[in-house]
Amino acid sequence: MIETTLDIPADARNPVEPFLRMERMPHIWCAGCGIGTTVNCFTRALLKSKANLDKVAVVSGIGCTGRVAGYARLDSFHTTHGRAIPFATGLKLANPELQVVVYSGDGDLFAIGGNHFIHAARRNMDLKVICVNNMIYAMTGGQTAPTTPLEALTSTAPYGVSEPAFNLVSLAEAAGACYVARWTTYHVMQLSRSMEEALGKKGFCFIEVLSPCPTLYQRRNRMGDGLDAMKYYKEASKIRHGAPTSECSLSKSGEIVVGKFVDRERPDYCELLRAQMCQSLGERYAEPEVVCSR
Amino acid sequence: MAKGFVSIAAERCKGCGFCVEFCPTRVLVLSSAFNSTGYHPPHVVAAEKCSGCDLCGMYCPDFAIFGGRYAR
Repeated sequence: MIETTLDIPADARNPVEPFLRMERMPHIWCAGCGIGTTVNCFTRALLKSKANLDKVAVVSGIGCTGRVAGYARLDSFHTTHGRAIPFATGLKLANPELQVVVYSGDGDLFAIGGNHFIHAARRNMDLKVICVNNMIYAMTGGQTAPTTPLEALTSTAPYGVSEPAFNLVSLAEAAGACYVARWTTYHVMQLSRSMEEALGKKGFCFIEVLSPCPTLYQRRNRMGDGLDAMKYYKEASKIRHGAPTSECSLSKSGEIVVGKFVDRERPDYCELLRAQMCQSLGERYAEPEVVCSR
Repeated sequence: MAKGFVSIAAERCKGCGFCVEFCPTRVLVLSSAFNSTGYHPPHVVAAEKCSGCDLCGMYCPDFAIFGGRYAR
């Protein structure tokens, strides 16, 4: 049922297709979910950054966003719950030539894997962390996550959440990330540019992407569907580059501050380790040999 | 003469309406027809207005639509 009145050139192909395992489509994400939109932005960023795709690895944890690793036609790994960052750390140390991208959700990165996140940021591991924040544990049935805003209704908080939520960008900056940005799925061009910028930067880069969860978050809170969430992002978001991250916390229906908050240089883990080994071993230090199949 | 085109894979569409809402030149509307999974895919109503910006392709969470410009 492909119907259109336009003349489509015979060689026209969807620019996303070379990056995805199209044989696994349609994907499992709900109608109106924004994860697919973030994948679009990521593929455009990869395309523009002209990265060698044999040297890009995607690591995901468990959850709706964790499925990205399964759909990406790259070297990808779907790890155990919360352990995407430790796996990615090992991958990066074993083969420093790889561009390692951690693509996971808020529950996986900040609840189950919260400790790993802060320590990878503290060490400044050369990882690009993309966190799709849908403000809830979506795959398991809509339980309260550490990112669920106050007063939101979830399946484990039927009278409203009473605990304050994490401010992810502030946490990332305090832990020592080199690059911190926040966008929503409405800001596709900005998000794609931000991902491109992070891919070209050395050190721990963190990008938070707010995404609708129509099935569990929006529906339970009577906030409409995915499209209503996108309209809310359009109206409520203010672009403030370099804003102090402590003032950028999220609420259920308040203003969303988006933009690039932190862009700084810090020596990364491999560099510091090498400097320390050179200093203590002197001439006896030998560069580790990396043997890859390609 | 339209500057660009959109290609729609209606069977993969889940009818979220992102492409219809955010098309800058309002080329698309959700059709009243169903696809085999029961969603209403978009269809082109103003082909001549398409600029081929591919914003629909950037928004589509189901990788079901993309735009492009004609070679001059």
